[in-house]
Amino acid sequence: MSGYQPIGGKLFTKPFNLFALLALIGICLIAYRFIFGIGAASNLNDGYPWGIWIVMDVVVSTGFGCAGYALALTVYVMNRGEYHPLVRPAILAGLFGYTLAGMSVMVDLGRYWLFYNLLLPWYMQPNSVMFEVAICVLAYTVVVWIEFAPAFLERFGLHNVRRKLSKLLFFFIAIGILLPTMHQSSLGTMAILWGHKLSPLWQTQLLPLLFLMSAILMGSALVPFEGNFASLGFNRPPETHLYSKLSTYVFLLLGSFILIRLADLTLRSAWGYAFEQTTDALMFWIEMALYIVPFVLLFKRDNRSNRQIIFILSVCLLLAGTVYRLNTYLIGYHPGPDWNYFPSIMEILITIGMFSLEIALYLIFVKHLPVLHRAEAEAA
Amino acid sequence: MSEWISSLSNIHEAATPPIGINRREFIKFCTGVAATMGLAPAMSLRIAEAATKPQRPPVIWISAQECTGCTESLLRSTHPTLEQLILEHISLDYHEALAAGAGDHAEAHKHSSMHENKGRYVLVVDGAIPTKDDGIYCKVADKTILQHVREAVTDAGAIIAIGSCAAWGGIPSSGPNPTDAKGLGEIVTDKQIVNIPGCPPNPYNFLATVLYFLTFNKLPELDDKGRPKFAYGQLIHENCERRPHYDAGRFAIEFGDEGHRQGWCLYKMGCKGPETHANCPSILYGEVGSGAWPVGTGHPCFGCTEQGVGFTKPIHELSDVSLVTPPNSFTDIFQTKGQGVSVGAAALASGAVGAALGASAVIASRLGKHEEGTSEPQQTD
Repeated sequence: MSGYQPIGGKLFTKPFNLFALLALIGICLIAYRFIFGIGAASNLNDGYPWGIWIVMDVVVSTGFGCAGYALALTVYVMNRGEYHPLVRPAILAGLFGYTLAGMSVMVDLGRYWLFYNLLLPWYMQPNSVMFEVAICVLAYTVVVWIEFAPAFLERFGLHNVRRKLSKLLFFFIAIGILLPTMHQSSLGTMAILWGHKLSPLWQTQLLPLLFLMSAILMGSALVPFEGNFASLGFNRPPETHLYSKLSTYVFLLLGSFILIRLADLTLRSAWGYAFEQTTDALMFWIEMALYIVPFVLLFKRDNRSNRQIIFILSVCLLLAGTVYRLNTYLIGYHPGPDWNYFPSIMEILITIGMFSLEIALYLIFVKHLPVLHRAEAEAA
Repeated sequence: MSEWISSLSNIHEAATPPIGINRREFIKFCTGVAATMGLAPAMSLRIAEAATKPQRPPVIWISAQECTGCTESLLRSTHPTLEQLILEHISLDYHEALAAGAGDHAEAHKHSSMHENKGRYVLVVDGAIPTKDDGIYCKVADKTILQHVREAVTDAGAIIAIGSCAAWGGIPSSGPNPTDAKGLGEIVTDKQIVNIPGCPPNPYNFLATVLYFLTFNKLPELDDKGRPKFAYGQLIHENCERRPHYDAGRFAIEFGDEGHRQGWCLYKMGCKGPETHANCPSILYGEVGSGAWPVGTGHPCFGCTEQGVGFTKPIHELSDVSLVTPPNSFTDIFQTKGQGVSVGAAALASGAVGAALGASAVIASRLGKHEEGTSEPQQTD
């Protein structure tokens, strides 16, 4: 029997109602988009065919969704079983991140009804990075549902199936580690293909590596972020001791990330762009600050067991990843003279709706499915 | 190149220009014919030699169900003119429309020529051949054309079917076809026939083929429908002067509209250029300068050289495009390059970011208080 259990409690709390309402608005606007078309709902244009639906809902959201990936990497590859209590909520984050990313792609696709062509072998173009991302994200979405399946099986008492799945689960976990490694780096490769359209502050051959590292950082940061929300919101004892151990890995990874980023900028002589009076430069420094602040905070060993500081730095890291990806995909992307893009109200509301849907579903899931670890028993 | 120059210097001895044409004009003509067929300029020497042979090759021209359009267009060629052709280059021994003699006299001349020039004469047929009821619907000298053709084919050195009717049946063969008219190729199946389709065909495609035969004593390279490749090797669409309009999506929709007056592409009016093989856009018609061909004058090509297109498809029907199909719609030239920031959107975006940051700040501060209160039990975890 696993140590996870549903926390129960009233579903229709104030936060839930708020997020459900925002999600509902988002869903209505998605319906509007499907009836009247992308042009009517968004500010997307030929210069900026990708707006926040792709950048926030897919590129950033799957970064958050890498919580499951980051944890699986730690628990199963580095064989650190002690983090096991964190795995299931992390997988849940991956589940939402990826499933809703897939839904957002459908919203963003102009001719979404041709989507199935992706799966027809005779149309496949294995050298295409876009194809790689699409098929990988799709496959990982399936895998992450299978990885999360034990929660459903336990909840509905299908212990027989649960036991059989346990024997096969290692296979899916292995794939679940392979797939994000592939497509998260490919998200970086995609930006390489834009060539000079992407500002030299972000355009580098190392983008695949940086995107992969940023994904793991975002995923790792989401775990204490979500955990602290949960412990505060549901009055559960904190799992700070686990986060502080985890923070050592984060510290090393973050250090390497910053080092590679700075070295890369230096070797490419791109620093000049950081000192111009442009939005690019401003956003670059915001991004840098958001990466460097957690790194400095983690330097002090005491900070790593301070709950408040762990939360602050996890927020910083999540924002840093968001801004880094936003910068690479939108802010630093210049398709040509006169082109401009700022999301329309409907676009923003749909994106907010998507994230709200994730939170509302999270609340439903943790209350009714065995997601969070039986902490009381441990603490007692 | 040197071969070409020496050939020019030798040309006086080799080929004396025919009477009534100066040497310069004659060499220009021969070079022009060589160019029409895509041959090297030096070949004009051999063409000149062939065209000035004392023994002019005999030609028997049989007309079946036809409108004499092919002959009419041939009459209007200027290099050579028809009289030059038939007096200097070939010996037109029988032609119903052009013969000086008539009746038994003409018929006798034809037979004697065919007998004398057994295996050497060029047989030209224009018009479709009726086959219903043993071909009684077209008769000359008390014999059906079917009989005439079968007779003439036997000893012919080369057979040319001129015009779409002779090449594949043309207009008489299109529905309901009461005489069961057929092209020459369906009547004569055991011999190679050169088809020069067109309604009428460009006379120079015919003349070039004849002169090629006289020069090399063999037929030019043919495609699978028996058409000389030099003339019918490419689609009209490929060399059309209006092609840039097609590629840019500028189409005339109906006669006299803005696009039509601007000389835009006629594809949407049913131009069959994309599925018709001919060199019309390259060599034009009537020698009156540029634009003198159907599409040039503003009428869609109706595909006269292509079996199954000309006289078969309605003129307004869109042609099957085998190369690149034009898209249904084209991107605007003047696009909106982005709507910019609206106040509402900016407020909403900053509000959302602010709310997220605010919520995080609240949690952080509450965690701080929590931390102070529970720092002791923390150690026991």
